Amino acid sequence: MSIKSKPLRAFSVTSLRAALAIGALAWGAGAGAQTITAVMQSGLRVVDPILSTAFITRNHGYMIYDTLFGTDSNYKIQPQMVDKWDVSADKKTYVFTLRDGLKWHDGAAVEAEDCVASIKRWAKNDAAGQLLMPMVAEIKALDAKRIQVVLTEPTGLLMEGLSKLSSSPAFMMPKRIAETPASEAVKEFIGSGPFKFVASEFKPGLNVVYEKNRDYVPRSEPSSWTAGGKVVNVDKVQWVSMPDQMTAVNALMNGEVDYMEQVPFDLLPLVQGNNKVKVDTLDRLGSWTYYRFNHLQPPFNNKKVRQAALHAVSQERVLKALVGDAKFYKTCAAVFGCGNPYANTYGEDIVVPGNIEKAKALLKESGYDGTPVVILHPTDIAISAAQPVVIADALRKAGFTVDLKAMDWQTVVTLRSNQKPVSEGGWSIFSTYSNLATSGDPVGNSTIASAGKKSWAGWPDVPEIEALRLQFTKATDVAERKEITAKIQKLAIDEGVVGPLGQFVIPAAYSTKLTGVLDSPVTVFWNIKKAP
Amino acid sequence: MLAYIARRLLATLPVMAMVAVVVFAILRLTPGDPAAIIAGDDATNDKLALIRSSMGLDLPIHEQFIHWVGQLFRGDLGVSLLSGTPVLGMIADRVGPSLALGIGTIVLTVIIAIPLGVIAAWKQGRLLDRTIMVFSVFGFSVPTFVIAYLLIYLLAIQLGWFPVQGYRPLSGGFWPFVHRLWLPILALSAVYVALIARITRSSVIEVMNEDFIRTARAKGARESVVLMKHALRNAAVPILTVIGIGVASLISGVVVTETVFNLPGLGRLVVEAVLARDYPVIQGLILLFSFIYIFINLTVDVLYSVFDPRIRY
Repeated sequence: MSIKSKPLRAFSVTSLRAALAIGALAWGAGAGAQTITAVMQSGLRVVDPILSTAFITRNHGYMIYDTLFGTDSNYKIQPQMVDKWDVSADKKTYVFTLRDGLKWHDGAAVEAEDCVASIKRWAKNDAAGQLLMPMVAEIKALDAKRIQVVLTEPTGLLMEGLSKLSSSPAFMMPKRIAETPASEAVKEFIGSGPFKFVASEFKPGLNVVYEKNRDYVPRSEPSSWTAGGKVVNVDKVQWVSMPDQMTAVNALMNGEVDYMEQVPFDLLPLVQGNNKVKVDTLDRLGSWTYYRFNHLQPPFNNKKVRQAALHAVSQERVLKALVGDAKFYKTCAAVFGCGNPYANTYGEDIVVPGNIEKAKALLKESGYDGTPVVILHPTDIAISAAQPVVIADALRKAGFTVDLKAMDWQTVVTLRSNQKPVSEGGWSIFSTYSNLATSGDPVGNSTIASAGKKSWAGWPDVPEIEALRLQFTKATDVAERKEITAKIQKLAIDEGVVGPLGQFVIPAAYSTKLTGVLDSPVTVFWNIKKAP
Repeated sequence: MLAYIARRLLATLPVMAMVAVVVFAILRLTPGDPAAIIAGDDATNDKLALIRSSMGLDLPIHEQFIHWVGQLFRGDLGVSLLSGTPVLGMIADRVGPSLALGIGTIVLTVIIAIPLGVIAAWKQGRLLDRTIMVFSVFGFSVPTFVIAYLLIYLLAIQLGWFPVQGYRPLSGGFWPFVHRLWLPILALSAVYVALIARITRSSVIEVMNEDFIRTARAKGARESVVLMKHALRNAAVPILTVIGIGVASLISGVVVTETVFNLPGLGRLVVEAVLARDYPVIQGLILLFSFIYIFINLTVDVLYSVFDPRIRY
């Protein structure tokens, strides 16, 4: 009996596998189009990349829209939809000429007046655009292919704004869509980018399908970040969201999906040993994490107390808790990011090491009276959950009275807008993270805005920083800009405008069937080829 | 009976109205801001205010409520604040996977659990009974997600018999539909098989000591007839009650299973909507779930009288 049972079991297992395989083949038959299935970091719900600064919405924007200019990996501005452009001798008048053959996804030709309407809507929503527009005397279409922008004074902000990587890039839309009020989401998704949005297959938060735009004329230059030729080599790209990252990793290893935008650090060992999967850091700029003090309320309305806290927290400890593997993080004091053009080392001795004794001494000097420090602790987002715990521990060691309040991210977002004292539901510290493609200069980096209650949550009031930010927008010389950002760096650390907690990169993983996957601070799907 | 059903259905209206008021009020009292999700993390207060205004979220709560109730009377659950998609359409899109998972789980549970429970009762105190109860305790004690991961590891990754995740609608063919649902149904059934097998066992054991069972045996009825016709039918009411509770609790039970197996069902939708504070979607789903609970209770009550003719309404 035992002799027979083994082959019998083997037979039944083989038969079952065969039956299942036949079934799977039958089901897969007809799926001839080459499709890349990608698990994105979150589900796409908000589809207007001008209204929303969410990274997933920005990435969606790069799929279906195009920009007048792009940025390459050397941070150089390169033409994208624009063929050529002229700048007047006084650097106040720009004329952009569109490339030949540009078409919207509905087949209509891209015209200059579409771009004018798009720039206007973008400028109402975007921080760079809002700073730019007061310096714009006129923006108009000269004819079907030429856009003229007349400035009141020379500024680098025009070209930087039109080529910005993130978030929100100045995506071009047909005029009728771009005329949607800036506070309302667009309802029609027609761009001129390398992929078309398949509205019938869009399931918010679950599934979004893009098909190759066969009318797209890519530039001839090699692709680099958001510049160069956006050559699409597959028929479709499908983005799916999977709330359980373990499932996503299993699906990738099982060949059910081709690409995973971000692999959680704790699951990396699973894919690193798999020969069908390649682990690759595509966003090499990465992200930085930081914390904000509430400058309006005690105890952090006292500069000395902010200084004590900045000295207390060790970046290494935060990054170990958050990331773990030192390959994927680095300590960095620069508020514009290490590796970015405006990186600066000022404050390394303050915010990097975590000097509890120094913090204790500063706290004593400050006259801190034991006022509770309320730290908002989002527990539902892994990438923001570790920092508050380490910060709380460091502050307690330095002598602060700490109240670590656990909540979901949405509650953090609501509570952090409360400017009242902690006794009335206010807060003292919250932490989060940002993409360095967004935070690389004083215009895009909202953490250093210091216009008091008009600024982002934390409301630092440092008029010198605001003056320097304005100066930056008007400066066109690189050396002068570096000088300005160095001054901002010093003020941001000394005044405790923001507490840098270090930088990290999150690797992507994809099937070895994929080749030509580009490194870029924003996730892009052009240039990729998929082997059968 | 029909009058009873009509009365019960009418009674759902005040219950639903209360649910609507409570859900609306709780959501507005919960911290959270859909505008912040739409605008992104670093939006300024001015931009958030503009977005809130464009969505009507800056109106007084009673005005928002009246607007929503007005929509309900027109059969419109509103649109998602985030995607602008009609809530009814979103629910229709997501109901298929949850329904398939729920029905599959209940069918498999009944097919496995009731015979196991009857056999365990029949062989009470013997090895077979103890073995079934050991498995029952295991199924009841181990969380669904652990069973799910074990099944994925063994049957999907190691043996390659099933896909790890995903869903294909029935319209895409019977085989792909079933192929993708097997693992989630197996994982979710474990706890219900355990529960219902235990209840069936204890109910049948209780009935087996009754005089009419002794009479049936004395009349020479076969043991299978005694068990299935006399014992099981008379033990049906408590079993039916537990199945009813099981079906109702499936609504919350599917959340984990849908997450682990990446099924685009209602469980996931409700979690996503709550995390994003997508008020119209949450409100629509809670109303739907309330109705399902009421409907299941009504169905169980009606079935009582089918299995036990002494029960009349």
